[in-house]
Amino acid sequence: MANLASTREVAGDLLVKLGHEYADLVVVGGDLNKSTFANKFQAEFPDRFFDFGPAEQNMVSVAAGLAASGKIPVVSTFAVFGTARPFDQLRVGVSQSRLNVKLILTHSGLLTAEDGVSAQSIEDIAIMSALPSFTVIVPADGPETEHAIKAALDMNGPVYIRLSRPATPIVHTRDYNFKIGAAEVMREGDDVTIVSYGIMVNESLKAAADLDQKGISSTVINMATVAPLDEAAILSSVSRTGLIVTAEEHLIQGGLGSMVASLLAQNSPAPLEMVGLRGYAESGKPEQLLKKYHLTQNDIVESVLKGISRKS
Amino acid sequence: MSTDGSVLEIKDLARRVRVNVLKMVAKANSGHPGGSLSETDILAVLYGKVMNHNPSDPDLIDRDRFILSKAHACPGLYAVLAETGYFEVKELDTFRQIDSRIQGHAHIKTPGVEMSGGSLGQGLSFGVGVSLASRLSSLPSRTFVLLGDGECDEGQIWEAAMSASHHELDNLVAIVDRNRIQNDRWTHEVMSLEPFLDKWKAFGWNSLEVDGHNIDELLSAFHKAEQTKGRPSVIIANTMKGKGVSFMENNVDFHGKAPSPDELSKALKELGE
Repeated sequence: MANLASTREVAGDLLVKLGHEYADLVVVGGDLNKSTFANKFQAEFPDRFFDFGPAEQNMVSVAAGLAASGKIPVVSTFAVFGTARPFDQLRVGVSQSRLNVKLILTHSGLLTAEDGVSAQSIEDIAIMSALPSFTVIVPADGPETEHAIKAALDMNGPVYIRLSRPATPIVHTRDYNFKIGAAEVMREGDDVTIVSYGIMVNESLKAAADLDQKGISSTVINMATVAPLDEAAILSSVSRTGLIVTAEEHLIQGGLGSMVASLLAQNSPAPLEMVGLRGYAESGKPEQLLKKYHLTQNDIVESVLKGISRKS
Repeated sequence: MSTDGSVLEIKDLARRVRVNVLKMVAKANSGHPGGSLSETDILAVLYGKVMNHNPSDPDLIDRDRFILSKAHACPGLYAVLAETGYFEVKELDTFRQIDSRIQGHAHIKTPGVEMSGGSLGQGLSFGVGVSLASRLSSLPSRTFVLLGDGECDEGQIWEAAMSASHHELDNLVAIVDRNRIQNDRWTHEVMSLEPFLDKWKAFGWNSLEVDGHNIDELLSAFHKAEQTKGRPSVIIANTMKGKGVSFMENNVDFHGKAPSPDELSKALKELGE
């Protein structure tokens, strides 16, 4: 059984540590600070933490003003509230100005689970990757969350980091070289390239192990940086395997699935299968939702088998 | 340009800003003259006297910040920036043209422009962030945010208003260009704002009201704002859309329409050109 870590909790602890290293780091929160663990930063640095209540439009524009004045503001709330609600503020106030705002948003994807569709942020990748200046990162686990946040603070420009509520498996068993914009090839095989991010990386690795048993060898790519997409890594891998399966805890439209489809169509058409959401879900336990909405290792295995039957 | 900030000099600066607003909007054959002319005296007072700023060093760390939230009225801002030396006056001819540094709505890439705008309602929040940063860095900088009255229909203005008094930002001053006309019609026809001053008071602001074309009243209000501690200040500046050009005054048509060549020469004559 893999070790578990909640990426939001990792982020909450790390921000406290980084607060001592980065004098200009400030955090703005929206009355969800106990859930995002931004309250830990608040306790350590009360003068550098500002609460704005559930008023996300104000919060994002305030962060833009802080960034324009040389601070490094982290916006901390839930993914669904920090992207869709203040989209215009992110577009005009942050993206068009290329201001140094870091969105570190938690409770993303389906895994807000019982809270139902309003809380399930399944459009956020599409929204945020539509903004040309934004870097969008979805860490696969706790260790990658630490790398991603440090790298985000060390670059100048807006970044969105998408984190989860529950504890999820740690897939990085040893230290590795994280670089924004660079795909991570986690294992190499000849028959299919499985590309995923976030919690679906672990499902992809499990699927690859299942496929080994069937004599199918898989390349698994962790595409932690969804935007800008590491196109070269995908094209290079597909030239070897001739088949791509994407897997994501997000809508396919506007997500990794449609990004890869666009990339292949323009460069190197190859069979593509997409594992991901095709509409809204409902309340339920995380494992029930992942099963019902086809986001498990078995769904990836089935998609690979279907894709292989399409290979010429 | 050197200036001692006398009332006469401020008035002359305002006159030159109005002339440039008309010329640049006419040349571009698009843009927003009405709200640029109504805000002109406020800009002239700020850039000519009140603000600590240095046109040859726009990134001066302890500068006062001016944020144009009603970013469509950027011709006025560009004109005052050019007249005070941020860039050459002749560059105003490139307004809204391809490859220009002065865009159709205020953009942060222009020297002296602090915020990209164009979607209403965001500037006061941005000003809250700037003011928090100044306080955090123990800078003496003040933040001035110019809002349109029609812009105050935006809910975000009131989110920002609440947060500015909550965080006790006495280094923040909002000025409302209360010209009573928005894009379509009179503000009271589109969306009632009154009792406007009372709304700001209820949100915890030191709330002042002046004639926005009276230099002395504006100077006095900015001084009172500076003396007020523990809360932000708002100055409701009662102005006239299209101020200074007879056929543009209180004329909703000139919110977002350029004068024709004939109208331009008539307007410039009225301004003593």
